[in-house]
Amino acid sequence: MDLFDTFLNAEVMRRTFPMLMQGLWITLQLGAASIVAGLVLGLALAMARLYGPMPLRLLTRFYIDIFRSIPLLVLLIIVYYALPFLGLRLSPFVSAMSALTLVSGAYTAEIFRAGIEAIPKGQFEASAALGLSGRQAMADVILPQAVRIVIPPLTNNAINVVKDTALASVVAMPDLLKQATQAQALAANPTPLIVAAAIYIAFLWPLVALVSRMECRFAARRR
Amino acid sequence: MAAFVSIRNLRKSYGSFEALKGIDLDVAKGEVVCIIGPSGSGKSTLIRCINKLESFSSDSEIRVDGIPVASGRALARVRAEVGMVFQSFNLFPHLTVRENVMLAPRRVRNTPRAEAARQADRLLDRVGIGNQAQKYPDHLSGGQQQRVAIARALAMEPQVMLFDEPTSSLDPEMVGEVLDVMRDLAHTGVTMIVVTHEMGFASQVADRVIFMDAGLIVEQGPPDQVLSNPQEPRTRDFLGAVLNH
Repeated sequence: MDLFDTFLNAEVMRRTFPMLMQGLWITLQLGAASIVAGLVLGLALAMARLYGPMPLRLLTRFYIDIFRSIPLLVLLIIVYYALPFLGLRLSPFVSAMSALTLVSGAYTAEIFRAGIEAIPKGQFEASAALGLSGRQAMADVILPQAVRIVIPPLTNNAINVVKDTALASVVAMPDLLKQATQAQALAANPTPLIVAAAIYIAFLWPLVALVSRMECRFAARRR
Repeated sequence: MAAFVSIRNLRKSYGSFEALKGIDLDVAKGEVVCIIGPSGSGKSTLIRCINKLESFSSDSEIRVDGIPVASGRALARVRAEVGMVFQSFNLFPHLTVRENVMLAPRRVRNTPRAEAARQADRLLDRVGIGNQAQKYPDHLSGGQQQRVAIARALAMEPQVMLFDEPTSSLDPEMVGEVLDVMRDLAHTGVTMIVVTHEMGFASQVADRVIFMDAGLIVEQGPPDQVLSNPQEPRTRDFLGAVLNH
């Protein structure tokens, strides 16, 4: 039995491929849903943190700090195994999506805040002097510029969310990693794990490369 | 003539530093007022209070067309009547020149897109940049950007235009083109309050020149009086320093 037969066994690959594809589909659904929900939550948190009344600002800051401090795996296990004691029983998908969104929202809020704070004061003043309301200035002047600045860190965060979906396998979520470990058990061969790893890399490497390119371009423009 | 902009006992402090120490000023409709004075004299702060980009002491009062400059809806009405041009242009870099001019009429006045675009092109023609409407601000010279900023402010059809050192960050060869646009504007009867270091412009265009120092109005009057025959020693010192450098 050589290395190829153990780690890249063509027969095992062929047999377990459909399982892995099912897992990949769930991973992508979970990742996309959590990224979008995290963006919405993050923008709302950033607005509350920057422009809300003082108590709301403090509350938001507290939320952001807590959810950036808690390990995602710990949060996920609390949501899935502890909330049922309060009568709240969430499916593995909803549990995983909630945990990912709560944490991603906290990071996204800080990214949006940094982007908004990077917009020169003159842009806010020109908007106000023209008679735009705060909301209009935000939607038409500030956010379009801020979002451009924060596309690299937002993409980075999206990459992290997709990677972290793998943690959902511990709450019996049949995602790519869970399917791979099951396929490995069935086939008594680690090939599915190697294939799963290759699939993660194939999806995320282009995004990682894209972020690097964007960061280079932004740095060049600033010079 | 009734005052169109009326300022009473305007005070403003940054911590313990008093930037404005009780300014009283009336500007009539159609009047062109130039405010001169050394840097730190409070002249920019003064005009930034008129549309409340700066807050001011609660016992001060500013009215524009009778509307008190306060907050909420009244402030929105004042800002719609008051246009402002900044030293650093503050154009919106993510919008084209035409979109910069269209934004406020579209959002604040709900002007239909086609009409706002026609109006923008008319205003851009008027300030001499009709052929650059599709460009982004970054691709224009400083003088062109400032003329776009003037067109953008005019799009709201303001009753009063505030100019906060509009030529101070321009290369010398571009100062003239911006002053020409402002001169044309002065002849249309728009009320203008201009903070400037351009003594030539002040003497030719202003109905009244105001000299400020240390948060107070020191002297004011027609340009030939204030600029050629100042009464106050501080005005004489300042003009001497500015004109003989």
